[in-house]
Amino acid sequence: MAQFSKFEAFELDVLKEVGNIGAGNAATALSRLLNKPVDMGVPKVSLLPFEEIADRVGGMEQVVIAVFLRVEGEAPGNMFFIIQEDAAKRLLTQLLSLPHDDENGYSEMELSALCEIGNILTGSYLSSLADFTHLAMAPSVPSVALDMAGAILSYGLLQYGEMGDSALLIETTFLEDCQDLEGHFFLIPDPESFTKIFRALGVNVE
Amino acid sequence: MIQQNLIKVGMADLNIATEGSVLKTTGLGSCVGLTLYDPVNKVAGMAHVMLPSSEIARESTINLAKYADTAIPELLDRMKHVGAQQNRLVAKMAGGAQMFAFSGQSDSMRIGPRNVESCLEIINKFKIPVFAQDTGGNYGRTIEFDSGSGLLLIRSVQLGIKEI
Repeated sequence: MAQFSKFEAFELDVLKEVGNIGAGNAATALSRLLNKPVDMGVPKVSLLPFEEIADRVGGMEQVVIAVFLRVEGEAPGNMFFIIQEDAAKRLLTQLLSLPHDDENGYSEMELSALCEIGNILTGSYLSSLADFTHLAMAPSVPSVALDMAGAILSYGLLQYGEMGDSALLIETTFLEDCQDLEGHFFLIPDPESFTKIFRALGVNVE
Repeated sequence: MIQQNLIKVGMADLNIATEGSVLKTTGLGSCVGLTLYDPVNKVAGMAHVMLPSSEIARESTINLAKYADTAIPELLDRMKHVGAQQNRLVAKMAGGAQMFAFSGQSDSMRIGPRNVESCLEIINKFKIPVFAQDTGGNYGRTIEFDSGSGLLLIRSVQLGIKEI
């Protein structure tokens, strides 16, 4: 874990650029899907204690909808696309003209639609990243869950659990048309992947 | 309602409580919330176990609370220190869910069930009876353990509240 606290400022900038390129393409994909402008925030790269990671999406117990997929290939890692429930409802209304019925929770159709949106967005994130780094990266079949943020995110931290109590993550948020349709991408590369990403981008690492 | 003293147990963390204090850990996914209780002295302990075994640890200083095989002995020590007796202890556990379902199940993806198995094995080694468990499934849990009553309250998004 010590290696991560020693990252130079410019190395963090490289990782920010990774988030920027990936999420930029994903935002474009979402914008096409919705036929509306989508803005994105400046990516954040941070080494966070496990406890604090869920705070980024509203706390351990905040109920969120998350699409999770495992990145396989030369630079493996975990990827989450996380949105709040109200944003999910708005997405469903806009994309599928399915009015959401609050009483019965989410139907299989609705969850499947959200999973597919997550799949399209994370897919474009990863493919642009693979183009940029020339590393082979393939997403696993995505899986969707509606649950507490803490329970969901801890699943992506297991590879870090073996070596410390914090994880390095690349986070990007986007906003649709200044409305509060807010989404988060978390890319959590496996600890071993950083060297490969840096090398691929021409950064010298010892 | 009486205001109870709430003691938070973080991820890969453990703590003990006495005198009616309540231990709480939030957002258990594949992690296991393991509780031990001495009903006579009313000493309660809780560990938020993240991984099944410290054998895979690659860190220089091990966080004892993170692994099932190190967290349980540590929790026992801490509880004995404040008067709990091992032969009176009873265990309850919750968590160990499989948050996401994948077709190609690699072993690291089955971490929830493996955490549960490992906890049970170690609890058995110490000859502590497991009174109740609410493990598995595909949903997250938040748990509160009352050191006054020894009751474990489990809250989940889909199934609401239950007590074991």
